[in-house]
Amino acid sequence: MNQSDFLKVVLPFKDKVFRLAKRLLVSTEEAEDATQELYFKLWKSKEKIADYKNVEAFAMTMTKNYCYDRLKSKQASNLTLVHSNYKEKDTSLDKKVEVNDSVNKVHELIENLPENQKIIIQLRDIEEYDFDEICKMVDMKPTAVRVALSRARKTIREELIKTHNYGVS
Amino acid sequence: MELVKIEKLVDKYLNAETTLQEETILKNYFTGDFVAPHLQEYKAMFTYFANTKDEKFTKTIQLEPKKSKKINFKWLSVAASITLLFTVFVGKPKYDEYKERKQAEKIYAQVTKGLQMLSKNLQKGENAIAQLNTYESKVNNALKLIN
Repeated sequence: MNQSDFLKVVLPFKDKVFRLAKRLLVSTEEAEDATQELYFKLWKSKEKIADYKNVEAFAMTMTKNYCYDRLKSKQASNLTLVHSNYKEKDTSLDKKVEVNDSVNKVHELIENLPENQKIIIQLRDIEEYDFDEICKMVDMKPTAVRVALSRARKTIREELIKTHNYGVS
Repeated sequence: MELVKIEKLVDKYLNAETTLQEETILKNYFTGDFVAPHLQEYKAMFTYFANTKDEKFTKTIQLEPKKSKKINFKWLSVAASITLLFTVFVGKPKYDEYKERKQAEKIYAQVTKGLQMLSKNLQKGENAIAQLNTYESKVNNALKLIN
């Protein structure tokens, strides 16, 4: 497998890798570093990649594990997550979508979900993977994935209703 | 899209029972212009999902790691060990020489001290003998006079 073949296989999902990393690591720089690091790793194991049926799912699993490791080592060294640029991103998002508080609120709410719900909602509602793929990526049973997803969606909805008093029209 | 159908789909959605196609229907409805007032919270959710999907990884991906610090450290350690070996090789004889000289100086000092002591004592003996000599000559003179 040469470089251009490799890139043809792995580049289409680079944004998905980046977004998942950002979902877990919060800061944009961290996520960029993680994405870069992940592509090194993929490139190093390029011989194996040729054998995989679903490179994308494999890459997403790697991303998830890599981010978990990063988070663990961060906790161990007592570094706190940098939230500053996530604010920054919100303002740019503001401009894009007319000022819309509740859209930003969704970001915050997802941030506060438990890790596995965070990943699953990212993979399903943003990246639109089907359930079989998600099960493979997070190494969970389909029922467990559905339960986690349902919980995450309900939590987000309820919190939104709470903060903005929607539905009480 | 009829509202009743959307409401049904929303219920399914909350229980995570919708298919991807059904979720696309919801996505289109909620990111559209008209959303029923009692379903406003979904507008925020689906708008957020759609916006987030637009975020791109803008940096270029490098496949060859730039000359990383790890490699530098590896070579640094090799250089350090070579230098250490070299210094040991060159330094050892020098150090031995230095030690030898130190010892020689010590021995020299001891010998000098011993010889000085010897010469002092010899001097004493000489003085005594000189005194004896004067006595003897005086005694001889006296004897001559008496004879």
